[in-house]
Amino acid sequence: MGRWRNSTAKIDAAGIYYRELNAKLRGVVSNGTKKIELHNIHGQRYIGTDLDKPVELEIFGTPGNDLGAFMNGPRIIVHGNAQDGCGNTMDSGEIIIHGHAGDIVGLSARGGKIFVRDDVGYRAGIHMKEYQDKKPVLVIGGTAQDFLGEYMAGGILILLGLNLAEGEHHKSRFIGTGMHGGVIYLRGNVENYQLGKEVGVTDLDEEERHILKQYVDEFAEHFNYQPDEILDQEFLELYPRWLRPYGRLYAY
Amino acid sequence: MKTYLTPKFLVQRDPERCIQCQVCVNQCTFDTHYYDVEDDEVRSHDENCIGCLRCVLFCPTRALTIRQNHLDYRDNYNWRPEVIEDIVKQAETGGVLLTGMGNDKGQRIYWDHLVLNASQVTNPSIDPLREPMELTTYLGRKPDRIELDSESSTLKTELAPQVSLEVPVMFAAMSYGAVSLNVHESLARAATEMGTLWNTGEGGLHSKLYKYGNNTIVQVASGRFGVHAEYLDVARVIEIKIGQGAKPGIGGHLPGEKVSSEVSLTRMIPQGTDALSPAPQHDIYSIEDLAQLIYALKEATNYSKPISVKIAAVHNSAAIASGMVRAGADIIVLDGLRGSTGAAPKIIRDNVGIPIEMALASVDSRLRQEGIRNQASVVVSGGIRNSGDVAKAIALGADAVYIGTAALIALGCHVCQQCHTGKCAWGICTTDLRLTKRVNPDIGARRLTNLLRGWSIELKDILGGLGVNALESLRGNRLHLRGVGLTDTELDILGVRMAGS
Amino acid sequence: MKDIKHVNNPYNDDKVIDACSIFGAMDASGKRFSGDGVIRAIVNMHDRGNGLGGGFAIYGLYPDYADLYALHVMYLSPEGKQETEALLKANFNIIEKEEVPTRQTPMIANPPLVWRYFLEVDHRKPEQESEDDYVVDRVMTINTGLRDSFVFSSGKDMAVFKGVGYPEEIADYFCLEQYEGYLWTAHGRFPTNTPGWWGGAHPFCILDWTVVHNGEISSYGINQRYLGQFGYHCTMQTDTEVVAYAVDLLMRKHNLPIEIVAKILAPPFWSDIERMSPEEQKLMLTLRQVYASLLLNGPFTVIIAHHGEMIGLTDRIRLRPLTVGEKGSMLYLSSEESAIRLICPELDKTWIPVGGEPVVGTLRAPTQPQPVAAGEKV
Repeated sequence: MGRWRNSTAKIDAAGIYYRELNAKLRGVVSNGTKKIELHNIHGQRYIGTDLDKPVELEIFGTPGNDLGAFMNGPRIIVHGNAQDGCGNTMDSGEIIIHGHAGDIVGLSARGGKIFVRDDVGYRAGIHMKEYQDKKPVLVIGGTAQDFLGEYMAGGILILLGLNLAEGEHHKSRFIGTGMHGGVIYLRGNVENYQLGKEVGVTDLDEEERHILKQYVDEFAEHFNYQPDEILDQEFLELYPRWLRPYGRLYAY
Repeated sequence: MKTYLTPKFLVQRDPERCIQCQVCVNQCTFDTHYYDVEDDEVRSHDENCIGCLRCVLFCPTRALTIRQNHLDYRDNYNWRPEVIEDIVKQAETGGVLLTGMGNDKGQRIYWDHLVLNASQVTNPSIDPLREPMELTTYLGRKPDRIELDSESSTLKTELAPQVSLEVPVMFAAMSYGAVSLNVHESLARAATEMGTLWNTGEGGLHSKLYKYGNNTIVQVASGRFGVHAEYLDVARVIEIKIGQGAKPGIGGHLPGEKVSSEVSLTRMIPQGTDALSPAPQHDIYSIEDLAQLIYALKEATNYSKPISVKIAAVHNSAAIASGMVRAGADIIVLDGLRGSTGAAPKIIRDNVGIPIEMALASVDSRLRQEGIRNQASVVVSGGIRNSGDVAKAIALGADAVYIGTAALIALGCHVCQQCHTGKCAWGICTTDLRLTKRVNPDIGARRLTNLLRGWSIELKDILGGLGVNALESLRGNRLHLRGVGLTDTELDILGVRMAGS
Repeated sequence: MKDIKHVNNPYNDDKVIDACSIFGAMDASGKRFSGDGVIRAIVNMHDRGNGLGGGFAIYGLYPDYADLYALHVMYLSPEGKQETEALLKANFNIIEKEEVPTRQTPMIANPPLVWRYFLEVDHRKPEQESEDDYVVDRVMTINTGLRDSFVFSSGKDMAVFKGVGYPEEIADYFCLEQYEGYLWTAHGRFPTNTPGWWGGAHPFCILDWTVVHNGEISSYGINQRYLGQFGYHCTMQTDTEVVAYAVDLLMRKHNLPIEIVAKILAPPFWSDIERMSPEEQKLMLTLRQVYASLLLNGPFTVIIAHHGEMIGLTDRIRLRPLTVGEKGSMLYLSSEESAIRLICPELDKTWIPVGGEPVVGTLRAPTQPQPVAAGEKV
């Protein structure tokens, strides 16, 4: 099963239950292994959780729910699609998905980076938040389903819409609904009705362009795109209009 | 004859605070406060005070306190002070006890014995602030099914007229004459702004308010005041009033002194004459007659608007409601025991009719048993106090509710129960032009809009907690209710289970 | 009258709550295939169930009896069997009957006796009643009236196999390796309370409609009261049963296509309707007005199947997952993509459908029912 070579471990996960697999990963990582290839992954949950080291996991197959949940440090590369809950409450580390991801990508993430090459499901980036020097980043290459950036409280969410046809709009509705922190950089067209009432729209200033370029460059490098072609097109900045959107909610 | 009644209230004026400004004298409509010129002092006739609290709220130095004056009768559960004093009043006058507002007696308020559910673990509650939460309600007759054209898949079914409500709370019928034009205007503007409906009551619609017709329910009642072609045409819904919860089976009487020139114009009767609303509608002595009137109104408006029929909730409401639906009513309104009024004989108000919760539960169940629940919307009224009552009414099966008293309280009413006197110090239930200006329609509309806004946010909170995002998923969903402190029979009629079961 | 709800819902809860894994596979070419892959796929989502229910529906199962109603009945006592068989005999022409083959497995405790009957509707049916309605009535009679008997499958050329256990245990118990079909759905169950009753497992079946379901329908109370007006009685007190009856009412009785039915069960928001073309707006408005009480509210994913069609649908704010995979003529629906990939690694296409938008797989060439050969063994 596990073969050792220059501190790279290969694990064939076919038929291995997630508890066994994750226990094995803990063992391998504690031995100082820096890179692990996981083959034949079919739905094992919580991969990358509780490793707490800057180890690199390369996954071939379809990892299960809560990939990188509560993750602190590792870098995960998925050759395939991710399911629901990817990067759930992640603190630091990186997840790179060569495919699409399911619902609630980056739920409540406080730090780290997630790059998704294609689309994401419902509620991507929901309640991402930032704290002190931690600032999560979620970059989505394709488009998103509804409630993108819902309750967003911090961090950077970038939606590139690279798979949209000429003139095609993003279809996500309720984008940034309840947003009260962080920022969304959005490439491609959206109508006003698609935005949450708490969201304002503006253009990027110089400094923001610089930040955007940094993450688009990273994205392009991961997935072999030309960053200039991506950045050529206009971006919108979606920002929270109020830090406390519900001030007038209560009578007393 | 010397009266054996003592003042109900005592007026306490703090001499250190009172600056003899006479605001209280000007505000009081019951001649409680007066200015003694010789002594240069404001004084009170306590026996005139009815406890409307207008003076207290308007006194610039907060010098006034009004206290109830409880006469210390010997304790007697049967012969309580109110009972004794009512007898005294009748012994001194030989009249019927008249009162305003709704039943103030202690019959069980079932809303307070019903509690709502919430989601935990097995399904998520939905956040109403961030995610869509739909309160939109359509009133009107619906078919059991729709039909599509088999080839083009286009809709073949044509629905009867439907009316949309953005919040399932409407303003109950209160007639011009009973309440002032400013009150009507406040209601009309708030209903329009909030996407709901207000109801003219049976006193016609002032021409100034025709522009709010799209949010107006006009009433056709036994007196047929102000009913004419334009009145029917301008309305969104026409309501036939058979009865009201405060006085089932009893007619009405707007005294001539309240029939001012504007009221006269709107009611289309001579100024100064009494406006009598007979107890029955004299073209409805039976259920087939109701059908005849319903279809007369449908013909008169070319089947363009729903016809509502309002009854007081009485013992056999379920059977009556079934007949009303079969007679062609598109909306049926049940007004319960605690429904309010501008004037009613006290003995009727407090003793006739049944609680709205029971009437609603039995009507909704009966219409479902008979498979005709889709054919009419059910609206309830009579004592709806807050959004919790609204949610419980919806869960028992109501499509929407009417609020009357709650709306008047929003406008300033302090429930002093003197509506029948025409001297409303808050300027609500009066046509005295010196008083009606106390309700400013700009402010009145804002107060009512605020109330509905608050309730609608609360309703969304309740729905979200239940894990649903559309009101129709609560409507008739009695599994989301539980009873507390109710007997098996009560639970059975309500179709609700005991809390904990 | 017997009360099934006391068996399925012994604590008399408002409804039986359960969560689950669901899976469906269909060959649109009509080619029948074994359930080996489907079983592996549902096993892969083992953690979404808790061993208190598993089941399968298979279409194209009995080609030799394709136009006979195949009733599958659970018996808890020999008396139940006697009573039910007497009723069947009095109402149908029984072409064939046999005990459903099972195998002893250590994990399956106290299984009921399970028999199947191939029935022909004959002259005893009242003329004005349709064959389907006649069968539904008899099924309801047995399920609500006869003791110790429960009909859990009643369609033609299809069957449900289900019970208390993990799905793989149920598959093993019912020897599913011997069957083939062109459409399979599967379910692994996670009920919160039920000690386990065989009839309470998914799929739920009425005629050839089956439903497997993940989630909890918070609008259950009004959905079941509404369906009660049309003669559907939710004897099992599960929200899944509501879906099955709703679909039967809308598709079979009201003759509405699935695209419309989806808009009734998971309607667009009023704000979406406002932006539609006038014609579409009118249709959607009417649907919401007329069928308001059939809106399924709360989190759900269902796979609904009947002959020739497999439909996946989620609630309108997609609170439960569904992934679709396509490979050649095969269509897969699953709670998780990994389960599809396990049995079909190289998909042509895989996607996550939008909430409330149905995914419909349709048989390209409808299977032709075979003539019945009386007495022929299945």
